[in-house]
Amino acid sequence: MKILVCISKAPDTTSKIDFTDGNTKFNESNVQYIVNPYDEWYALVRGLELKEANGGSVTIITVGTQADEAIMRKALAIGADEAVRVDAEPSNGLFVAQQIAKYAKENGFDLVLTGKETINYNGSQVGGMVAELMDAPFLSLASKMELNGTTATVELDVKGGKQVAEVNLPCVVSCAKGMAEQRIPNMRGIMAARTKPLQVVAADAVNGGSEIVSYELPPAKAECKMIDPENMDQLVELLHNEAKVI
Amino acid sequence: MSVLVFVDTSKGVSKAALEATYYGKKVAESTGGDVNVVTFGNAGDLPDLGKAGAQSVVVASGINSPDPQQLTRLVTQTAENKGASIIIISQDPVGKAVAPRVSARLNAGHAAPAIALPDTSNGFVVKTNVFSGKAFAHVNLTSDKKVISLLPNSIVPELGDGSAAVENFSGDLGNPGITFKDLKTQGGSVPLPEAELVVSAGRGLKGPENWGIVEDLAGALGAATACSRPVADIGWRPHHEHVGQTGVAIRPNLYIAAGISGAIQHLAGVNGSKTIVVINTDSEAPFFKAADYGIVGDAFEVLPRLTEAVKKFKASN
Ligand SMILES: Cc1cc2nc3c(=O)[nH]c(=O)nc-3n(C[C@H](O)[C@H](O)[C@H](O)COP(=O)(O)OP(=O)(O)OC[C@H]3O[C@@H](n4cnc5c(N)ncnc54)[C@H](O)[C@@H]3O)c2cc1C
Ligand SMILES: Nc1ncnc2c1ncn2[C@@H]1O[C@H](COP(=O)(O)O)[C@@H](O)[C@H]1O
Repeated sequence: MKILVCISKAPDTTSKIDFTDGNTKFNESNVQYIVNPYDEWYALVRGLELKEANGGSVTIITVGTQADEAIMRKALAIGADEAVRVDAEPSNGLFVAQQIAKYAKENGFDLVLTGKETINYNGSQVGGMVAELMDAPFLSLASKMELNGTTATVELDVKGGKQVAEVNLPCVVSCAKGMAEQRIPNMRGIMAARTKPLQVVAADAVNGGSEIVSYELPPAKAECKMIDPENMDQLVELLHNEAKVI
Repeated sequence: MSVLVFVDTSKGVSKAALEATYYGKKVAESTGGDVNVVTFGNAGDLPDLGKAGAQSVVVASGINSPDPQQLTRLVTQTAENKGASIIIISQDPVGKAVAPRVSARLNAGHAAPAIALPDTSNGFVVKTNVFSGKAFAHVNLTSDKKVISLLPNSIVPELGDGSAAVENFSGDLGNPGITFKDLKTQGGSVPLPEAELVVSAGRGLKGPENWGIVEDLAGALGAATACSRPVADIGWRPHHEHVGQTGVAIRPNLYIAAGISGAIQHLAGVNGSKTIVVINTDSEAPFFKAADYGIVGDAFEVLPRLTEAVKKFKASN
């Protein structure tokens, strides 16, 4: 069983978000980068569990610059066997997906796992794009997954509930809450991660068809209006006449 | 440029379907072209999409499960038949599986999740949510073909009295890649991401046995219920109610939060709400900084009082 897990970096969830250069660049000073939580907690850990149960290997892939190797080492410390970095600025989702799909096709994986979304770009797009480029099924928003030979059974988050689905490998799965429990790397894992292979490959020159031209912060909230806890009629009146939401 | 809208109408024409169609109509108005809808599943009300501006609705009646590969072929073939180069997809679970595939198949730039109409004065620039709603990005789609995934509750459709012509899709959609099995439904009738009113509660409620007062208020308002992450993690409430940076991101008209401190990861998923009401015993709770209306008080007293006030209001209006 050859498993490929797509790992992306994201700013720590407590980061204060602001921008520089006339709102065209994310201000990285004082930002601590982490492994995107969905990739770490769900995709990577479920990948490792499936390998432990079925044999095989877990490779992680990141499309990013050298600075991203720190979070890649974290993924190796949690237990991945080897890492591949496609050396490029991840300029948009389709660009990233094209790099990952090319590597996956050339190296023949049975299973490609991604997170549900990146918490910085929130596109929920890379996994589906990789699947289309591989001409493979895409199981979106999986909260459970079991393997039986070359058949995968997953439980998906669908509108208004959960649905069980079955598919033949190879396939691409985006992983949501429920797939696995977070693993904290131990000292042995951290030591081993230093010497695990991390290969750097050149990126394909593709474009992806989109670029972020600027960023914007939400307008500051007006002062909060305090309401007397005894007087809920007043709140209802304000929600009706002032906020016009009921 | 003509526009094609893809929506899931297997359970009828939803509010999100009308929003995406209306969004498509507005885009077509600014780029010059017509707007058609493609879908699968016909509950008999497809002509209603005309109210939001659809000229026609193409329906693949033969499809009874949302296989993303078949639906991708359905969308791209219909786009070709209709000469559409801009594709709008409502960002629900089916849309999340289909839109990226369509984008990759057409080699089209993808903007997701879009929250406003494109600005076509200089390029084709779509405003999207980034950093889990803590900021917005303006994304220029530079390819000839373009795909936009629209977040529910991002546009208020003005409905007319049009009626769309319904056509059957004919073409080869190939075999499905996925076999869908049993569906377990959960939650209320309105999916949380589409709900206009949401009542949410956190650890301040002390235990799952106390959720009756939350459900009573939601019932009186006709609202959906939500919760903070620890509440879902300890099993007081089902996971699908967890909102925030690592849960569902929502942007209802009204978000009422009781017994939630307002941690940055919680705010990330809810600060797109139009109006926020916070109920907390601690006047220093960070949530008050993000609120429009605040009540310093005990949720166990304030929630039932608010429920009574809502009922009184509803009875007299
Ligand atoms: C990587 C990461 C991701 C996360 N993602 C999310 C996420 O997506 N969503 C999320 O919600 N959290 C998320 N969290 C957790 C977040 O940091 C907070 O811990 C969590 O939101 C706190 O939940 P709470 O407000 O219910 O509980 P608490 O922080 O314990 O707050 C309870 C509040 O209730 C008030 N209270 C107590 N009694 C009463 C009463 N009788 N009446 C009224 N008020 C009362 C208290 O004053 C307090 O403000 C994440 C954390 C991390 C590290
Ligand atoms: N630069 C990247 N390198 C590797 N994987 C990525 C990258 N960006 C996104 N992914 C994967 O794709 C998933 C969805 O990302 P997104 O489409 O940005 O929401 C993430 O959870 C990752 O698993």
